Amino acid sequence: MFYYLALAAILFSIGMFGVLTRRNTIGILMSLELMFNAANINFVAFNRYIITESMAGQLFAIFIIVVAAAEATVGLAIVLLVYRNWKGIDSDNYSVMKW
Amino acid sequence: MTEHSYLICLLPAFSFVMIVFFLRWKEKVAAGFSIAMILASWVMSVIVLIETLARHGHAYEAFYNFLTFPGLNFQIGILVDPLTAVMLVVVTTVGSCVQIYSVGYMHGDPRFSRFFSYLSLFLFSMLGLVLANNFFMIFIFWELVGLTSYLLIGFWFEKKSAADACKKAFLTTRTGDLGFLVGLFLIAVYCGTFNYGEVFDKIAMGAMSTGVLTAAAIFIFAGAVGKSAQFPLHVWLPDAMEGPTPVSALIHAATMVAAGVYLVARSMSMFVASADGSMVVAIIGLVTSFMAATIALTQFDIKRVLAYSTISQLGYMIMALGLYGYDTAHGQHSVGYYAGTFHLMTHAFFKGLLFLGAGSVIHGVHTNDIREMGGLYNKMKTTAITFMIASFSIAGIFPFAGLWSKDEIVAATLHHPVFLILTLAIAFMTAFYMWRLCFLTFTGEPRDQHRYDHAHESPRVMTWPLVFLAFLAVTAGWVGLPWLHHGFSSFVFHEAPPEHHGPSYALMIISLTVGLSGIGLAYLMYYKKSLSPDVLVNKFRPIYNLLYNKYYFDELYNVVIIRPLLSFANFMWKFDANVIDGLVNLIAWLTVLWADVKQWFDKWIIDGAVNGAGWIVRQTGEGLKYVQNGKAQFYTLFISIIIVFIGLIKYELIYLAWGWPIMTIIFVIGVLLLTFVSRSTRQGTNREIAQEDKV
Amino acid sequence: MLLSSLIIIPLLGMVVVMLMPKDSNKGIKWTATIISLVPMLESFWITWDYFINHAGTSAMAYVEGPFNWIPTLNVQYYLGVDGISVPLVFLTGLLTTISLLASFNINKRVKEYFAFFLLLEAGMMGVFVSLDFFLFYVFWEIMLVPMYFLIGIWGGPRKEYAAIKFFLYTLFGSIFMLVSILILYFTSEPHTLNMMTLIETAPTLTHSLQMVCFIFFFIAFAIKVPVWPFHTWLPDAHVEAPTAVSVILAGVLLKMGTYAMLRISWPMFPSALRELSFWIALLGVIGIIYGALVSMAQKDLKKLVAYSSVSHMGYCMLALGAYSSVTAITGCMFQMVSHGLITGALFLLVGVLYDRAHTREIAAFGGLGAKLPVYTGIMVMFTMASLGLPGMSGFVSEFMIFIGAFGALNKVLVGISVLGVVLGAAYLLRMVQRVFLGEFDLARWGGLTDINLREIISVVPLGLLTLFIGIYPKPLEMLMKATLENLVNLMAR
Repeated sequence: MFYYLALAAILFSIGMFGVLTRRNTIGILMSLELMFNAANINFVAFNRYIITESMAGQLFAIFIIVVAAAEATVGLAIVLLVYRNWKGIDSDNYSVMKW
Repeated sequence: MTEHSYLICLLPAFSFVMIVFFLRWKEKVAAGFSIAMILASWVMSVIVLIETLARHGHAYEAFYNFLTFPGLNFQIGILVDPLTAVMLVVVTTVGSCVQIYSVGYMHGDPRFSRFFSYLSLFLFSMLGLVLANNFFMIFIFWELVGLTSYLLIGFWFEKKSAADACKKAFLTTRTGDLGFLVGLFLIAVYCGTFNYGEVFDKIAMGAMSTGVLTAAAIFIFAGAVGKSAQFPLHVWLPDAMEGPTPVSALIHAATMVAAGVYLVARSMSMFVASADGSMVVAIIGLVTSFMAATIALTQFDIKRVLAYSTISQLGYMIMALGLYGYDTAHGQHSVGYYAGTFHLMTHAFFKGLLFLGAGSVIHGVHTNDIREMGGLYNKMKTTAITFMIASFSIAGIFPFAGLWSKDEIVAATLHHPVFLILTLAIAFMTAFYMWRLCFLTFTGEPRDQHRYDHAHESPRVMTWPLVFLAFLAVTAGWVGLPWLHHGFSSFVFHEAPPEHHGPSYALMIISLTVGLSGIGLAYLMYYKKSLSPDVLVNKFRPIYNLLYNKYYFDELYNVVIIRPLLSFANFMWKFDANVIDGLVNLIAWLTVLWADVKQWFDKWIIDGAVNGAGWIVRQTGEGLKYVQNGKAQFYTLFISIIIVFIGLIKYELIYLAWGWPIMTIIFVIGVLLLTFVSRSTRQGTNREIAQEDKV
Repeated sequence: MLLSSLIIIPLLGMVVVMLMPKDSNKGIKWTATIISLVPMLESFWITWDYFINHAGTSAMAYVEGPFNWIPTLNVQYYLGVDGISVPLVFLTGLLTTISLLASFNINKRVKEYFAFFLLLEAGMMGVFVSLDFFLFYVFWEIMLVPMYFLIGIWGGPRKEYAAIKFFLYTLFGSIFMLVSILILYFTSEPHTLNMMTLIETAPTLTHSLQMVCFIFFFIAFAIKVPVWPFHTWLPDAHVEAPTAVSVILAGVLLKMGTYAMLRISWPMFPSALRELSFWIALLGVIGIIYGALVSMAQKDLKKLVAYSSVSHMGYCMLALGAYSSVTAITGCMFQMVSHGLITGALFLLVGVLYDRAHTREIAAFGGLGAKLPVYTGIMVMFTMASLGLPGMSGFVSEFMIFIGAFGALNKVLVGISVLGVVLGAAYLLRMVQRVFLGEFDLARWGGLTDINLREIISVVPLGLLTLFIGIYPKPLEMLMKATLENLVNLMAR
């Protein structure tokens, strides 16, 4: 169990680091996927070792995978639009969108 | 006829209305109409008099309850008793003469018809006053005659003296009316009625205590003092001579000024119940009479001499009435009532005549000053003769009217030696000054040749009334001849006709002697010039000055009453403008001041707090806005840190003992730090954006 | 609907006038005047009909309501008139039309002027006919607004000062009235603002509460009358106001104070009244003498008339002090009517002279009697009426007041007040002498023209009524008799 959690933590931290540091929006999205998967691993691990009688953890993991796919789709669509507008996908570019 | 006697006073009222609204533009018609109306009144008055005689003096009364209040009743009504009947005839007779005379006198005046309308209004008021059956009504007409007197004295209002005089007359008489008014209130409160008969009945039943009764009597008398120009309110009458002379004759000699006497005679029942009140009346009458006679000795204005003579004669009547009241109150017999009313009648005729005569003279020579006249007998015989008849009458010479009435007044004073002596002295002075006037005016050399040359006898329309009045000035007294059982006294009397013990020859001779010696002295001084008046004047210079200046009454009143009143009024005005209004404005100013203070407080403290809060929020916002730099990664970092932080606290991996306030401060400081950081980064991005824009 | 229409028609008229094109001055003037004829004729009819059908009883006539208006507060719409309001409704109707006639020479912002005037009429009528405190208070305040603007816009040189003074002074008094009304409201059970009910119940209040209410009401009404020493707004307002507004001010507004006293505070608080009546009469006497003296010192014709109002309203206060006498209270009503007529006319006449001479300074004139005979005749007539000459209404009222007060009050006090008669004659005759008598300054006033037909028409009704009441006061007395007797009984509780 510890290994699973450690893996998930490492994965999450890598993803987190990526989200915070990548300038490339696609990179950020990819790091985000890492974080999702870290969460997935956690879900599955907890389901396997702690609450064995229900399948909720697995279910959640599948659910998250679906949502992540959708999210990636939307995110990539936005990135595409951003690219069209700024001719680049550097995340700092669109800080002006706050207004 | 008697039951329609209200028409006597309504006819002149009708004439007034007609002239004012319809006949104003046709002078002759206006005058004619007015004269026709007063002649009709005169005829009716005579008939009423005859009917009253036929009724043996029984009073006729008719009234209508005008206003009724709890405990008080106002009536409108007429009372025709012998006194009324006589007064009606006197007023209408003199009124008719004066109106006819005025046609000549006022000829060519631009306000000719207005003059007649005023005269009509006056006659209406005067006749109403005489006919009234109660004190309320008499007061109404009392005021109305005051109004017409005002209008007529000020008829030639362009003259400042006339304008002054009319105001003075109105105000002085009104001061007396004040007393009258209070007297009326006393009557109203204590008797609950104004009707003469009812009031006197109530008084006889003791509705008023003696003190109240005396007060009421004196207050009522105050009205008479004002109207009859008695001391101390006599000052208006001489000035009233500024009015046209017919007015002086009618209003200020024969009728209106006699209203005071009439009032005292009318309310005699009050006076006989109050010996003190009567004594006041008698003394005032005597003082007035004496004072006015002495002033008349020295005056040079023909009308003013007559005016003072009028005051003096009215004082006579008032005195006689007062003595009657006093004597009757003490159970003594007196002829004063009869004497006063009788003299009222004869005086009306001869004094009216004197004034009309004086008017005729003035009309001829265009001056009032007897020093500029002289020798006018040759120029205006009718005027001179009638004037002299009247002078004989007033001096009390046999058989002229004045003798009989004046004798009775002397007889009324028999119980009071001081009164007797002064009365005779006044009679002497009267004879003297009247004949001084006659001699200076009609005899001797003309002192102003120019005026003399232009002098002329007045037209017939003016002389006929003179002749008619002269006839009355001789014969009017005969109705009271002692040989005919004093006919007048058995007709006009108060309660019971006075007893007469046949003609009193001694009295008659004394009074005749006094009159003749007065005339004689005047004759010596002003006709024969064997005695020089100037010597006398120089000898008694201070007294002469005192008399010539009318005892300085006008000056005295000016200093004591008028000027203090005006300055007091001015003071009050200043007081009002500065103190009372000042107080209001001060309160307003204080309110404004308070508002200012509040406004300052509001602006800097209250609003300051509000604005300050706003300002702080704004400044905070100004600072914090840089946190929102639009960088998603920055946000994420921020969120991560906070989550980690919270997580640490949650699982007590770090322990915070400082509590929420300090946490908040830390939080704020953290935010500010972040702000600072992000601000610096933002500047960079802005630069980049700017560069990109350039590209 | 009769009484409501007295209020509504002027309001509708105001709307009509406001909808008219701005530059049709003549049209506006005529429209307003003709509209004002309706309430005038109505008021005449009410007077006549009241005299014929209702004068025998003291009950309210033409009653409308009480309809619930604001049920939560128990505010009612309740109108009615009796013997003390009918003469004043009459006066309001008459004087408004006359004032509008006298306003034809207004050429500045005509539309607003006439609209305000009609609003004013609605307010005045409302005060005289409402029988509910809320309604009464509303009308009392409404009327201030047009008055404020009428003085403040169309007035003389110090108009702003005068208008603000008038407004604030009256408002100051109204606050006291409001407090008193609230006291009455909360002490009554069930809470009510119905005057007729309160007249029955208010006398059961404790003495001290009555005193408070009485004094508060008194301050409010005394300012309006105005009673000395609350009078100083009056001369300022009168002098600055345009002629027509002065007429309304003197003729109707001052009467609202005395009317309200008779309607409200006198019958409602008999116990307080008993205690204070002497002081009220004293204020009246001070007002009489003081007003007359101050008039004597005036140099401005209009101010003289204004202060004479203070003196004349003093007679009303004297009469109100002698509340136990029907004669005095009748005299008070007579004085209200007659002062409205006479002083209204005097202001009109002063305005006539001012229009021609552009000055009101007494010393500037002299001898006008020769040049303006008709004007002088009318003016002297009203002067005589004002100084209480018999045959005019002023005499009747003063006489009744004095007689009544003499029986009911301290005789010395009333004796002193009689001095006002002479002082009144003194200042008025001084004025007449200095303006109309004496030398005529041909060079300066040679161009003056006599009073014209429109102006004569506007004063003639007042003159006729003055004479009518003076010569035959009985109808007016009968009109009010039952009401006043009932009122005196109420006050004697």
